[in-house]
Amino acid sequence: MARTILWRLLYALPIAFGVSLVCFMLVYIAPGDPLQTVLPPDANAEMIEIVKRAYGFDKPLPVQFAQWLWRAAHGDFGLSVATRRPVSLEVGGALANTMVLAVFAVPLSFAVGAGLGTLAGCAPPGRLGRTLDRLVTGTAVMGVSVPNYWLGLVLVIVFAVELSWLPASGMGMGGSDGFSVLRWADLHYLVLPVVTLALVPVGIIARSTRAAVLEVRGQDFVTTLRAKGLTELAVVRHVLKNAAPGMLAVMGLQFGYLMGGSILVEPVFAWPGSGTLLGRAIVNRDVPVLQGAILSLALIFVATNLAVDLLQAAMDPRVRRA
Amino acid sequence: MARSSLSRLAAAGLLLSASAAQGAGVLTVAMTAGDIPVTGGNPDQGFEGFRFVATNLYDALINWDLSRADRLAVIKPGLATEWRVDPANTRRWLFTLRDGVKWHDGCPFTADDVVWNFGRFDEKAPQWNPQQFALSRAYLPNFAGAEKVDDKTVALTTKIPSSLFPYEVSFILMTSRCRAEALKYDWAALASQPSGTGPYRFDRMVPHERLEMVPNAEYWDKARVPKQDRLVLLPMPEASTRTAALLSGQVNFVEAPTPDALPRLKSSGMRIVTNAYPHNWSYQLNFVNGPFRDVRVRRAANYALNRADIVELLGGVAQEGPANVPPNTSYYGHPVSYKYDLPKAKALLKEAGCAPCKVTFAISTSGSGQMQPLPMNGLIKSQLEEAGFEVTLRVMDWNALLALARGGVESAPDVDAINVSRAVQDPINGMTRFMQKAQWSPRGGNWGHYYSEDAENLIAAAFNEFDLEKREGILTQIHEKMVDDAVMIWVVHDLNPRALSPKVQGFVQAQSWFQDLTPVTVAK
Repeated sequence: MARTILWRLLYALPIAFGVSLVCFMLVYIAPGDPLQTVLPPDANAEMIEIVKRAYGFDKPLPVQFAQWLWRAAHGDFGLSVATRRPVSLEVGGALANTMVLAVFAVPLSFAVGAGLGTLAGCAPPGRLGRTLDRLVTGTAVMGVSVPNYWLGLVLVIVFAVELSWLPASGMGMGGSDGFSVLRWADLHYLVLPVVTLALVPVGIIARSTRAAVLEVRGQDFVTTLRAKGLTELAVVRHVLKNAAPGMLAVMGLQFGYLMGGSILVEPVFAWPGSGTLLGRAIVNRDVPVLQGAILSLALIFVATNLAVDLLQAAMDPRVRRA
Repeated sequence: MARSSLSRLAAAGLLLSASAAQGAGVLTVAMTAGDIPVTGGNPDQGFEGFRFVATNLYDALINWDLSRADRLAVIKPGLATEWRVDPANTRRWLFTLRDGVKWHDGCPFTADDVVWNFGRFDEKAPQWNPQQFALSRAYLPNFAGAEKVDDKTVALTTKIPSSLFPYEVSFILMTSRCRAEALKYDWAALASQPSGTGPYRFDRMVPHERLEMVPNAEYWDKARVPKQDRLVLLPMPEASTRTAALLSGQVNFVEAPTPDALPRLKSSGMRIVTNAYPHNWSYQLNFVNGPFRDVRVRRAANYALNRADIVELLGGVAQEGPANVPPNTSYYGHPVSYKYDLPKAKALLKEAGCAPCKVTFAISTSGSGQMQPLPMNGLIKSQLEEAGFEVTLRVMDWNALLALARGGVESAPDVDAINVSRAVQDPINGMTRFMQKAQWSPRGGNWGHYYSEDAENLIAAAFNEFDLEKREGILTQIHEKMVDDAVMIWVVHDLNPRALSPKVQGFVQAQSWFQDLTPVTVAK
């Protein structure tokens, strides 16, 4: 097992390198200028040269990339072009804020999605079962199809503007510095963004779970279990156990997505997470922040996939043997 | 007993007057900026950074008078009480400094501080900071050097004689040398401990989320000591988020609500304030390649625009702008009137032999001062095509359009016009930078390389005329020349809508990109 973990961690290195390289190239292929955020529209050529030199953007691109890579390998991701704050602080702070959302959105989406999917997959034959299945499938399709930034706006209009039950945006009166999930005054800022963010994973997890459960239910061993006289509840337990590794893989992927925040949803709620950070960095062409954020998110995906693989191996002996 | 009661009454009176001086309520502003503007001196985020952060924390030697809504804002004494050109040398300006001013850190404001601040543009100086250099230097194209004359006088020299130099100086904000030295020139630390002389002091900041300022009770201009308890600035680039935040009571002052949100805001009791200001939504034209080299084509484009329709599209929060500066500008003059005249536009195009007149406009999807660029450009395209143009819109993001604007016409020869809205609050930023040969891109703001010998002569005369009344006459001629030559396609001037909670009182919307928040009170 230790060897597997080590290998998987080693795999992460070329992935991180590849992601960084692609991201770096994409930023420079896109039209625009990393210094736009600090230079006024009428900055003249002489001034641009001085600022480029000061920020290190005067060097050839391969040299810039190599220098960034060398510093990153030593834990220094550089300074944001826009704010001159260390990228590690910028990305760390944003990821922590997104983590607050994910901590609530992940269990919510997993519980609701897996619950609905199981319900649809295990629906009894007959009219009631079909209706239940269609209802759940319809809900899941809606979850996947409804643009979540639109849903966020609708929720804000209903619950913040019209009903005044919940705040419209932000992380509380003190911002993220003073935010505590243990205080209702802060906690209720989470409700709308968490529900909005959880919607897509609910749909995806529900559909995957339903498919996995239906597939397992059609296998011979389920017929054998029933023939042996097991109750339907016991059969469902066996079905879920067998469907779990597949569901876990989907959930792992969704966890990664939620940790990445949402470029569309977080700005709707003025939530200072990784999605907002990425959106701002793209608009500003803030290369160091983009590099740092994307690399961090890529590593989170790699770590999540590793954790999912290990969990799958722990749950399913066939995976261990493979 | 009587004495005790009297002293208690006196104390109560003192407390009351102190609380009135300290102000009332918290003013919470939702800005359109995507981030908190830079706090350590000259700001980023365009003029919104100046409006909310820089001009509150800092003063320039020359400030802007933002106290009136009924006229365009003009410059006024700031940290300098007066300025005059040296009679012996018209490239040398003498600034008399204000007495008794203190930085927020308690250090006295001195002539050495002023020289130190202008020294920030010297790459070899210890106070050289690339970010501040980038954010400041372009405002001072004509600056050559600074020297202390005596404890109360500083001399600034210019590259060429320039009567317009005071406008340049108004954009350079003075920061505390004392604080910078105490922090050993750690610019990141300075951003969270800024020290200026402005009406507000920095209190706390959560990066990217909120900036809080409190009144500077020691402010040298007693009439401008803020009347609120606290000013909170929140970046909210999403217009719908700003609207929801105002309607739900999270903020009480919102920048630039979208036109379609105005009826809803009004019906909820919010106050919508608008005013003309020196903003210009226009297209700079290509004078090197393409049909706009012909003045008849440029005029045709200006006559083809039905600006009233565009104002209607914007829900009425814009003013028709058939000339470069708004009509109440002192040097507006009597320019040619490009009122909507479709037959004239068609005739001009026919006379120019441009049919169909194919043009490509580079436009953005959003951006500072760009209003509603996509629907506006869509409507303009249809209006121009009715006159005989064939318009291709090349859509890009704001950053890409700015890069194209900076690169100049030679980096984009196939683009006939760029749609970058402009601040036109002084003659340099409003006119001369778009007309002078010395400003041909990539050296300056004359993107399309417009050139006219007459214009060059007029601009030179304006720079060399130090009698303000006579200079006004020349500036008027420049504006009339600019419009006659159709140097741009002019569309509208924004009326800069803001939505205020009914609790917010005392806000006077100046005709400026900058605003004074100090008189505002917020009922609790």
